Amino acid sequence: MNLRRVKAIAKKEIIQVWRDPRSLMVVLLMPLMQMALLGYGVNLDIKHVPICVFDREGSQQSESLMKAFQASAYFNIVETERDYDSLKRAIDAGRCKMAVVIPPDFSQHLATRNSAEVQTILDATDDNTANIARGYAEAVVQTFSGNIEAQRLQSLGEPLPNPPAIAQYRVWFNEDLESRDFIIPGVVAIVLALVGAQLTSLTISREWERGTMEVLVSTPVTRSELMVGKIAPYVLIGMLDAAFCLAIAVFWFAAPFRGSVFTLFVTTLLFLIVVLGVGYFISASIRSQIGASQVALLVTMLPTTLLSGFAFPIDQMPRPVQWVTYLVHSRYYMTILKAIFLKGSGLGDLVAPIAALTIYAIVIGILATRAFRKTLG
Amino acid sequence: MSEPAKPVIEVRNLTKRFGGAAAVQGLTLDCAKGEVFGFVGPDGAGKTTIMRLLAAVMTPDEGSIVIEGVDVVGAPELARSHISYMPQRFGLYEDLTVDENIEFFADLFGIERGMRDERAARLLGASGMTPFRKRRAGQLSGGMKQKLGLTCSLIHTPKVLLLDEPTAGVDPLSRRDFWRILYGLRAEGVAIVIATSYLDEAERCTRLGLLRQGRMAYCDTPEALKRLMPGEIIAISTQQAREAREIIASLEGVKGAILMGDSVHAVVDDAGRRSAELKAALDRAGVLVGDMERIAPSIEDLFVSLLTTEGKG
Amino acid sequence: MTSPAPASEIRIAADKLTKRFGDFIAVNAVSFEARAGEIIGFLGPNGAGKSTTIRILTGLLRPSGGKAIVAGFDVARSPERVREHIGYMSQKFSLYSDLSVMENLRFFGGVYGVKGARLEKRLKFAVGMAGLTDRTDALVADLSGGWKQRLALGCAVMHEPAILFLDEPTSGVDPASRRRFWDLIYSLAGEGVSVVITTHYMDEAEYCNRIALINAGKLVALGSPSELKRSAIHGEILLVEGDNPGAMLEALEGAPAVRDVAPFGSSLHIVVDDAARDRPAIEALLKQRELQWSRIEPIKPTLEDVFVQLVGGDRAKGAAAP
Repeated sequence: MNLRRVKAIAKKEIIQVWRDPRSLMVVLLMPLMQMALLGYGVNLDIKHVPICVFDREGSQQSESLMKAFQASAYFNIVETERDYDSLKRAIDAGRCKMAVVIPPDFSQHLATRNSAEVQTILDATDDNTANIARGYAEAVVQTFSGNIEAQRLQSLGEPLPNPPAIAQYRVWFNEDLESRDFIIPGVVAIVLALVGAQLTSLTISREWERGTMEVLVSTPVTRSELMVGKIAPYVLIGMLDAAFCLAIAVFWFAAPFRGSVFTLFVTTLLFLIVVLGVGYFISASIRSQIGASQVALLVTMLPTTLLSGFAFPIDQMPRPVQWVTYLVHSRYYMTILKAIFLKGSGLGDLVAPIAALTIYAIVIGILATRAFRKTLG
Repeated sequence: MSEPAKPVIEVRNLTKRFGGAAAVQGLTLDCAKGEVFGFVGPDGAGKTTIMRLLAAVMTPDEGSIVIEGVDVVGAPELARSHISYMPQRFGLYEDLTVDENIEFFADLFGIERGMRDERAARLLGASGMTPFRKRRAGQLSGGMKQKLGLTCSLIHTPKVLLLDEPTAGVDPLSRRDFWRILYGLRAEGVAIVIATSYLDEAERCTRLGLLRQGRMAYCDTPEALKRLMPGEIIAISTQQAREAREIIASLEGVKGAILMGDSVHAVVDDAGRRSAELKAALDRAGVLVGDMERIAPSIEDLFVSLLTTEGKG
Repeated sequence: MTSPAPASEIRIAADKLTKRFGDFIAVNAVSFEARAGEIIGFLGPNGAGKSTTIRILTGLLRPSGGKAIVAGFDVARSPERVREHIGYMSQKFSLYSDLSVMENLRFFGGVYGVKGARLEKRLKFAVGMAGLTDRTDALVADLSGGWKQRLALGCAVMHEPAILFLDEPTSGVDPASRRRFWDLIYSLAGEGVSVVITTHYMDEAEYCNRIALINAGKLVALGSPSELKRSAIHGEILLVEGDNPGAMLEALEGAPAVRDVAPFGSSLHIVVDDAARDRPAIEALLKQRELQWSRIEPIKPTLEDVFVQLVGGDRAKGAAAP
């Protein structure tokens, strides 16, 4: 490989990126925008679910229960209704996701039979939220019950019994169960995957479209020299972007970072090479810029957001889909990033995903070199 | 011009098909050192395909190309160091300056710095581009872009220069600069193959290949080709060209009459004999005539008479 | 061809037409007139402003300054009215390659509002003019350059416009088709249509009645081919042919009697003050350098000589580079 030629190609590429406002935008603005969009926009927690309450009794007890719901961070009472019809309309109109109906004999039953029924009506068009909301509702009511029982026992002067079994739980690694903490590292992975592919996906097609490639292939430059020369500048740019995104993750979004910077650096570099290789491969296979750009987006965006373990856990997916995820490069980096951020894993702990990425890099490298044809047909 | 030494370019039976149709069919030619070989023909005749095949940017279906003893089809990489190719739309890097473009190509060809600076200065000077060295290529005029393209192509010393319509749409001054450089190359023994649709450029070539639908219909020096043309041409200047043409076209010995802006060109069998007859006929009809003189046929006349393209386009 | 009588109608009147794109002046105070039955050629290199001027005259671009009246309407104020009376053939012909000959003609006829019996008559005319009578169902994609060109011309005249604008109509077309095309133009002009045609081929400009030389947005000269040749060349032209034009060029450049020398065809054109007087000096110079010549004689200047004379002077003075 002729180093001088590689350097010439790399130098030219850098000058072009620097002087072209559009590619500068992709390089600088896009990561920033995506971090902001995904970081703030994606929130898997269920909080402040709007509910409406139909209190058929209007007693002190029923009001207590209502307050318990309101006090919980998970619910937000947006309306109180007077009848079933208006309740139904509220749900239909989407003003509330859940309705709580307190029966007219609530306090009476509580006093005499020690149990009363509370009805919850759920809008299950969003099945997931509905399920979780139901769980929380049950929890609120349980707590309320527990408190009533405790009061009753106290008023009778009896000691409080120990409940038969309590699940003591301890959350490892993400103590606040803040979804944001595990989402943000994931966001970084997505942003790098997208930006990286965009950067290189245009580089070859652009030259074919502008006619410069036709001259380039008639010179002594070889396919591998071209590939190395073209990808090298983007590795640099990509690492800068990665540093940028990771800095935003840690300092702006305050995602806790427990690993070592060195591990982060090495694994990010590896991932970048894979991502840039994918972009280059697309660019070498598709001669039109628009085509290459669209394919790059398609091939990176959907798999990365849906199949990398970003939002949906892989082991909950049907088996065949799980097998497909082995092909998604961002899956491995996702695992790595979350592990470094939340568990403080070092290189030794991450042998499996690193090995996977390395194999990926080699395969893509071979495919990319061969995809680029130095002739016109 | 053509030396008895071994030709620099030898093409034998070159054929290239796209789908079912042959874009180039059975092309055979030789090109010597210092020769300018021109391909002339309308769009779609195969000029660009031939250039791409010669530049090893495309592989032929049949036939062989040997440049400086190297088999271009079998060993394209080896051949590339002897060739410089300027495609129809020479892609310059628009965001790079004139100097940066030149540096880039010099690096690709491994030209050492001193030689690069000397050649660049010389070529740019000959093109009148010295004051524009720091300007971005995208901001140059069409003529200057082509001259820059030529400079980049010549930054190394190719044995063969392939030019695909290099001066299309370029202003006449830049075209002159361009050809001045080409003449210099001829003197250095570079073989130049040029595809052109400018018929006056065709006249500047040592030899011409007239292409029609992928085949070379004629191949010879411009003078020899013109002698092939049957008939002679009389140029009649007149303000009443339409009437003149009507009258002349039906006369004996007149093969054709072509309208020009302020004249009529009559193609006759024998200019000496017919001149007087034509004048007489025009006088009788009351058409005022200025000069009447025999002119040499142009390449266009040649083309039209040798390559009438009637029937299926 | 009959030069239009001075009394014939003025169809285009452009007065100091200007167009700016930001800082760049694409068309710089261009003024000219075109009459019925006249063929005017806009001659100049790519980027000189020819296409931009045409687009202004056809109402596609608004002028930044100046005024143009085309077919009686002001292009800036009533561009739609202008477009009703003009035909336009753009570069690369603007035909629909996946439609047939007849479908294209019907389409353009429809677009211009030609219908009924008139449409049928015009269809027949256009097809005949293009020579495509037995190929009306052929797809445009299957036609070669020359046929497409004639078809495009047919499409442009479906509505019998008084003025025809042709933007580089003969690029890349073989010479035989080119001549045939010009015959069609002449016959249209003979019927009174004004034709404005742009080209960068100097030799094609010889076909026009009058030529407007455009360079860097400016109208450099306007006149018939012979007028331009007479007035623009200050001096006379000697043609020199020989074995080694390159060496002759070098020898003659800058020589005292030589005002300008350039390669031309396989020979050189030398501009001198007086052919008869200066010829011996040239011959002596060549002999001194032991350069053989086969021919040396005075010739009439070509339009390229004209262009170079008119524009070359500008460049020497360091004005806007071409």
